[in-house]
Amino acid sequence: MVELINTVETIDAVPHNSAARRVLYAARVKIHPKRASGYFRNLKWLVMAVTLGIYYLTPWLRWDRGAHAPDQAVLVDLAHRRFYFFFIEIWPQEFYYVAGLLIMAGIGLFLVTSTIGRAWCGYTCPQTVWTDLFLVVERWIEGDRNARIKLDAAPWSVGKAWKRLIKNILWLLIAVATGGAWIFYFADAPTLARQFVTFEAPAVAYFTVAVLTATTFVLAGYLREQVCTYMCPWPRIQAAMLDEDSLVVTYNDWRGEPRSRHRKKLQAAGETAGDCVDCNACVAVCPAGIDIRDGQQLECITCALCIDACDSVMEKVGLPKGLISYSTLKTYDAHKAGGLAVIGWRAFLRPRTFVYSAIWLAVGLAMFYSLLHRERLEVNVLNDRNPIYVRLSDGSIRNGFTVKILNMEQRPRSFVVSAEGLPGSSMTMTGGDGAPLREFTIEVEADKLRAIKVYVAVPPLLLEGEQVPFEFKVVEQASQTTAETRSIPAIFHAPPKETAP
Amino acid sequence: MASREKDEISGIETTGHEWDGIKELNNPLPRWWLWTFYGCIAFALGYMIAYPAWPLVSGATPGLLGYSSRAEFVKEVDSAVSAQAAQREMVKTLPLEEIRNNADLLQFAVAGGRAAFRVNCIQCHGSGAAGGKGYPNLNDDDWLWGGTLEQIHTTLQHGIRFLADPDTRQSPMPAFGADEILTPEQINDVAEHVLSLSAQPFDAAAASRGSTVFAENCVACHGAAGEGLREFGGPRLSDPIALYAADKAAIVAQVTRPRHGVMPAWNTRLDEVTIKQLAIYVHSLGGGEMPVP
Repeated sequence: MVELINTVETIDAVPHNSAARRVLYAARVKIHPKRASGYFRNLKWLVMAVTLGIYYLTPWLRWDRGAHAPDQAVLVDLAHRRFYFFFIEIWPQEFYYVAGLLIMAGIGLFLVTSTIGRAWCGYTCPQTVWTDLFLVVERWIEGDRNARIKLDAAPWSVGKAWKRLIKNILWLLIAVATGGAWIFYFADAPTLARQFVTFEAPAVAYFTVAVLTATTFVLAGYLREQVCTYMCPWPRIQAAMLDEDSLVVTYNDWRGEPRSRHRKKLQAAGETAGDCVDCNACVAVCPAGIDIRDGQQLECITCALCIDACDSVMEKVGLPKGLISYSTLKTYDAHKAGGLAVIGWRAFLRPRTFVYSAIWLAVGLAMFYSLLHRERLEVNVLNDRNPIYVRLSDGSIRNGFTVKILNMEQRPRSFVVSAEGLPGSSMTMTGGDGAPLREFTIEVEADKLRAIKVYVAVPPLLLEGEQVPFEFKVVEQASQTTAETRSIPAIFHAPPKETAP
Repeated sequence: MASREKDEISGIETTGHEWDGIKELNNPLPRWWLWTFYGCIAFALGYMIAYPAWPLVSGATPGLLGYSSRAEFVKEVDSAVSAQAAQREMVKTLPLEEIRNNADLLQFAVAGGRAAFRVNCIQCHGSGAAGGKGYPNLNDDDWLWGGTLEQIHTTLQHGIRFLADPDTRQSPMPAFGADEILTPEQINDVAEHVLSLSAQPFDAAAASRGSTVFAENCVACHGAAGEGLREFGGPRLSDPIALYAADKAAIVAQVTRPRHGVMPAWNTRLDEVTIKQLAIYVHSLGGGEMPVP
């Protein structure tokens, strides 16, 4: 069914997922995307190399943090409740930084979508990247589109089984590597890698790799475009993000229609014919199995491969490129109305892009500022609740407190703890020699929390009221300019005063 | 099966079931559903063979794997205990004072002591160890039998007035009123004197008469100034802390017919490690005393 028009071959490609063919409850028809080549294909190769490179190599980067912390540049240390990212160390209570990053990712996605459309889907989404990678393997083993269709239709033979086996084994290896790389973000990568191959790694490591291997293998190998169309909520959400100034992959029907395979004949006969030679190249390369000439549709991930395919055809037939191109609804409408319009940089300067950028920058700058000024000493004071107070044999009243000192620096530090604002008070500490003190010094190891039990006693005559506010003062023993200091408010509880008879 | 009927609109066969003219279409279950269902049946059969399943008169079929949640629990407790073996051994062999001076062991002992306290001690001493009427508060610095680690440890081991233990701590206060050793007037006077010792309002004349009664009957155990005598478990009367109550009626009641609390000896009930952990925990509650050098 291949006929030649000039030098362009018409491909017998069917857009299985086009709206006209989408039947409810019909089984999925396998898509066989043809290899495309051109500007956007090259861009996608580059993005794939960069994203996969980041994913696989990041856990192996080292970052020296001294003797008290791991030297892995990016590490989510669940066992010790720490998150390391190059020069940043985050404690669990600082998780809002991660929340802030997620907000930035969300707003960033809005910004990207409102300007350059579904670029996330088409270029950087893991589903797209890994599907692309799996397609490379598929093409290498089974050949391009036509060879694959033929192989699928062929009866089972040794050759077919062999190809299928090799393809699936290669896919599985990629899937294992994908799942395997994931676990290295959660433990020291070289150690875990050694443990993993000698079967000494924790069970959860093998379990995680198994689950991620299975999902990678199934999602990128077999489910493919169905993930985008049926499983992912993002295509639905993005409809609200796009507007008439967002870049979308567009078939310029004002130029292409009426399409015809016999364009030259028609023109020779004096009839009108559009630039589209109806060669189906755009359908054949589409990984989503749609026909871009039907217009904007949910299934389109804007991978732009149809642009490459169409451009090379236009080149062959000697027509200007860009029959299928990145365009905005506004330019498209202008062209259709017969005008001339070019997408300028003004398309990016719109109120909503300013608002998105402003929110994105505000969150980013606020996080950066707080990161530079965040506290590396945290003190928590807990009142003993049971009993609230204790009467001692000399009549004085004693309260118990748990003072927790978090040394978030990567070096051991010592702190002087004192109670301020309680006249006549004296303190004792569990583990001390029992002698009453005005203040005492506490050593806290690097990157550790130390909880101490402090008993504060006050002679009854010096107590005013049943609840006396005071402060625990924690002062780092260091030079005055660098010493961190915290004053933590606390309440001293006393029994009700006996009324004199 | 010759009369297979097809629904005209959908083109699907009917099952032949009909209710009031409504016919059921034969839409089979999806394959994946069916195979999941069969898979579940296969799993259930395997489970019944491998794990306890069928209830019998007493118990259930054991299953090939011999699994029981009780055995699982015991295994986990055993592994937790063996994980602490090194620390428990150190607590067992080292003197109490040395354990207290080792920060790690102290933490281990206090944590273990707190857990044991919650199981064995809070019934009388309260969950915060603050005691109650007749049950000593363990947070304060007023000790009947002494507040050093060794003294607390001895009290824990042998108990108080626990007659099954020959080494138990004994301090019988005579029933001065019930046994008619003192007259009610004398008891009234001595109560006024005790009020004066703990700096409470008192009747001066009665207290002065009472001081003579006190000197003749009470100083042997309570000390000349009511400071108490820990060798005999004689409570200190010259502080604001009282085991029962400090008002006059309570003092009169105690002198007339004293109540004697009992604490069991724990050396027959708990192992040595736990008792030592309990001693260190109680000592850490704020009232712990240092040994006299």
